Amino acid sequence: MTLDPWVLAAIAAMALATYLTRAGGYWLFRVIRPPPLVRAMLGYIPGTLFVSYVVPALAAGGVQEWAGAAATAAMMLATRNLALAILGGTSAAAAVWALS
Amino acid sequence: MSRTRPRFSRAAVLGGMRASLPVQAAVVPFALVCGIVSQGQGLSVLEAMLMSALCYAGSAQLLALSHWGHPAPVLAAALASFVVNLRLALMGPVLGPWLDRLRGWRLWGSLFVMADQNWALSVAQMQAGRWDAGFLFGSGALMWVVWVLGTGAGHLLGATMRPAPGHPLFFSALAVFVAVLVTMWRGRADLVPWAVAAGVAAGLARMMPGTSWYIVGGALAGSAVGVLRDQKGRA
Repeated sequence: MTLDPWVLAAIAAMALATYLTRAGGYWLFRVIRPPPLVRAMLGYIPGTLFVSYVVPALAAGGVQEWAGAAATAAMMLATRNLALAILGGTSAAAAVWALS
Repeated sequence: MSRTRPRFSRAAVLGGMRASLPVQAAVVPFALVCGIVSQGQGLSVLEAMLMSALCYAGSAQLLALSHWGHPAPVLAAALASFVVNLRLALMGPVLGPWLDRLRGWRLWGSLFVMADQNWALSVAQMQAGRWDAGFLFGSGALMWVVWVLGTGAGHLLGATMRPAPGHPLFFSALAVFVAVLVTMWRGRADLVPWAVAAGVAAGLARMMPGTSWYIVGGALAGSAVGVLRDQKGRA
């Protein structure tokens, strides 16, 4: 149960930097009140942000990730149930892992 | 009219906790990995759990831990956290319609527990016309508890159990994002923005691995193209 002062300082600095991104983006947007064109972009952010996550991860992955992602998407389309989609996709990835 | 709508009800906090249960299943392996890596880098269980409690940002913690040393790299760890978490700065404003109606701890606390997964669930709620920001806080607070406890458990397991990097357990984190993406598809109008985001993100990810610039760049490029196209269509 040790608490090294340098580790503590690093954790505090990381926490501060992280909260700055969490609260700072929202705060800036509220204070600056960007023009309508920029505000309109917010409607597109959720989808494009998650695309920007998933596509590079799949590009860097292999058959296991591709099969898992396809199974997840198919399960989500069929059932609209998040738990089933995660379970189905991870099972497919595990099946590929076991076979290879 | 908005005054009569609940801003932050207990029912919505509990509803958020309930709705986040499937996501928790994917948070557990991620938290275990974070604890295992912390243990491997010589952090005490107290230090590992404190980091998870105060930062609550898995990918940033893993990146900082991968460059750990003695004494701990204060500036480098802070910079890594900032760069990896820049995407959170884009996520807050999207929930503006909810957050603008909050004050005090409800506002700043909700922002503190805002993470990728519960943000995505909240955006879906908001788009479905629900107005209660308690959902964001409830889902995030439960994820925070799971994250901190999972880190501690991972640290304790660290000495004995080390899943290989390609283990399918790790895929569950990506599965959450794929499933959420399916719900975010709004129709053909999303096709071009999504394609642009995919191309820009994939290109940037190869140039700048280990940061989140590629996520920010892809999201901004795709969204800008969508808005400009909409403008042109109206003119």
